Amino acid sequence: MKTFALGGVHPEENKLSADKAIETLPLPGKVYVPVSQSLGAPSKVVVEKGAIVKTGQLIAKGESFISANVHSPVSGKVAKIDEVIDASGYKRQAVFIDVEGDEWDESIDRSPEIIREISAGRDTIVRKINEMGVVGLGGATFPSHVKLMVPDGKKAEYLLINGVECEPYLTSDHRLMLERGEEMLIGIQILKKALGVNKAFIGIENNKPDAISHLKTLCIKFEGIEVVPLKVKYPQGGEKQLIKAVVNREVPSGKLPIEVGCVVNNVGTAFAVYEAIQKNKPLIERVVTVTGKSVSKPANFMVRIGTPVSALIDQAGGLPDDTGKVISGGPMMGKALTSLDAPVVKGTSGILIMPENESRRAPQVNCIRCGRCITVCPMGLEPVLLAQLSENQLFERTEKERIMDCIECGSCHYTCPAGRPLLDYLRLGKNKTGILIRNRGKK
Amino acid sequence: MNETILFAVISLSAIGVISAVILYFVAQKFKVIEDPRIDIVNEKLPGANCGGCGLAGCRAFAEELVKTGDLSKLNCPVGGSDTMKEIAAVLGLVAEEKDPMIAVVRCNGSRANAPQKVSYEGASSCAFAHYLSAGESGCPNGCLGLGDCVVSCKFDAIYISEETGLPVVSDEKCVACGACVTACPRSIIELRKKGKKDRRIFVSCVNTEKGGPAKKNCSVACIGCGKCVKECPYEAITLVNNLAYIDYDKCRLCRKCEPVCPTGAILELNFPPRKEKAGDAEKTPEPVVAG
Repeated sequence: MKTFALGGVHPEENKLSADKAIETLPLPGKVYVPVSQSLGAPSKVVVEKGAIVKTGQLIAKGESFISANVHSPVSGKVAKIDEVIDASGYKRQAVFIDVEGDEWDESIDRSPEIIREISAGRDTIVRKINEMGVVGLGGATFPSHVKLMVPDGKKAEYLLINGVECEPYLTSDHRLMLERGEEMLIGIQILKKALGVNKAFIGIENNKPDAISHLKTLCIKFEGIEVVPLKVKYPQGGEKQLIKAVVNREVPSGKLPIEVGCVVNNVGTAFAVYEAIQKNKPLIERVVTVTGKSVSKPANFMVRIGTPVSALIDQAGGLPDDTGKVISGGPMMGKALTSLDAPVVKGTSGILIMPENESRRAPQVNCIRCGRCITVCPMGLEPVLLAQLSENQLFERTEKERIMDCIECGSCHYTCPAGRPLLDYLRLGKNKTGILIRNRGKK
Repeated sequence: MNETILFAVISLSAIGVISAVILYFVAQKFKVIEDPRIDIVNEKLPGANCGGCGLAGCRAFAEELVKTGDLSKLNCPVGGSDTMKEIAAVLGLVAEEKDPMIAVVRCNGSRANAPQKVSYEGASSCAFAHYLSAGESGCPNGCLGLGDCVVSCKFDAIYISEETGLPVVSDEKCVACGACVTACPRSIIELRKKGKKDRRIFVSCVNTEKGGPAKKNCSVACIGCGKCVKECPYEAITLVNNLAYIDYDKCRLCRKCEPVCPTGAILELNFPPRKEKAGDAEKTPEPVVAG
């Protein structure tokens, strides 16, 4: 069975909510919709305080090439435009909406019927994906329309669909593949049409046999889509790792997947594309896993963007008493929240609640130069060296040592027997080196 | 036997003479003429190589000084005006009198004033903690207390207080090289005039949030009310982005702003205790934590 070549780790899977069907979360009383929910430039608010909005109405417009529109996930009245602490741990501008009823914009098709015919042309698809605010739902929230515009001189050969879900605990993509498989495959056909490619692969790790067999059966009806079962190994969901595993190509250092003729999208993105093109529905809700060993009812919810995290936790049986950390995302790459009022954003794939006894880091001792972090690094970097250089602020050297190739998967940190905060320093180094490179470009 | 020794001595001597001649001409050809004053200036400098002057080290500073012959733009904060005067004498110039400066920590969000809301256990680096979240108290501008400034200080002049969790600058040891100013990811530390008898008044807060949210996280935050601006007779205080700032060049240390601050964000250091007037009883200022 296929997998990527370099490094990787095997954390405990703990997919507690794998057999829980997607439930629709009841509408919250209030939502806080952060204005900037994608990589790139922040969007500009186009509604005013006191305005009445309908579900699906545009509330913030992306103004540069790499930025995405934000739509109202609920109907109601704009209470204020203020700041809210989001998953970043800082206050960010958000539109506060008091929910009143659930009146949708008329242009959105809400019927359960599946529309199989793809009538939209290539340009229409790209334009609509941009308008509907679709971003990569794997976590990086890169605006999807940008990925579909292949730069001149490059040619896309394969579309890779990421159904790996290698993060422990998370099951939102898994459930989506099982329950919205057909819609997702239509979404893949739309993406293929937009890119002008004939072949799409769906990479799924073999800890999800039900999803593999389900999609294989469905694929008979769809031309040019193949399901590729993959051996379980973290971080297979990284796009470079997925490309290596599925088509055995290596993306050169500092380059994008298009360099080797591949475009990678998440299964959630494919589903969002289906809804945007066939149903005219903007990206206003997503599947979020709420899980953790101490959670009484782990679940997968279909959640409107902007819903406070506390509402999801209440629905999953409330916050357990011994909670040490609430993490947005998975245990490997996720980030602990500093406020439970933080809203669900387009990139929130899960809410993980860790009990106190599991949430603390191992005590930090000195590096013993065992080199395990180097063995497990899926990008072939030397985390120990990069972390030391970052700690000493030698960012010219981190650049030479290819820190910008780091995918922040945390395998090094996970495996370190000395409990060194390797990922922390790598993230710091990557951030600072990025600033250094950008400033150099300006001169 | 004798012949062998003789042969060796002669041949070695010959090589020596030829080499000496070659070396002489090479040395003439590649002679580097260095201004002797560079060495003299270099000796006068403190030799800390701290980079506080903005150059790579003391030698580089001496070279730059001798090369440009201009004292107005270059200053050694460590040596202070005494050193600059000596250097000026060597170079035949006149040094401007510069006020001694000192690093000032503009945050009073101690454990008591800004209680901890979340706990951080990542890498012990302010730079990373700043990148990660607003910090343990929730103040997005406040001191993170992980000591990047302490690491950066080459003079052992700054340490983190056990009691408050905030950095404390030593008046005696600080040479105002500015290393901590650069190291602080939140630009909390500022170089200010040392002041007469080390007396200083400054707004000990850099929070630019509006009053409400700022006060929520820290009881001594500047809320941008502007009372001090009105009170100041010398127009030394400005209010930008909900934050008051005292210009140390204009401030005459009259101490009028400190009692009017409703949150106690203005700190005064090393002043004698105030004489209480009978009429001022209701306006008694809060006791000041020297930090």
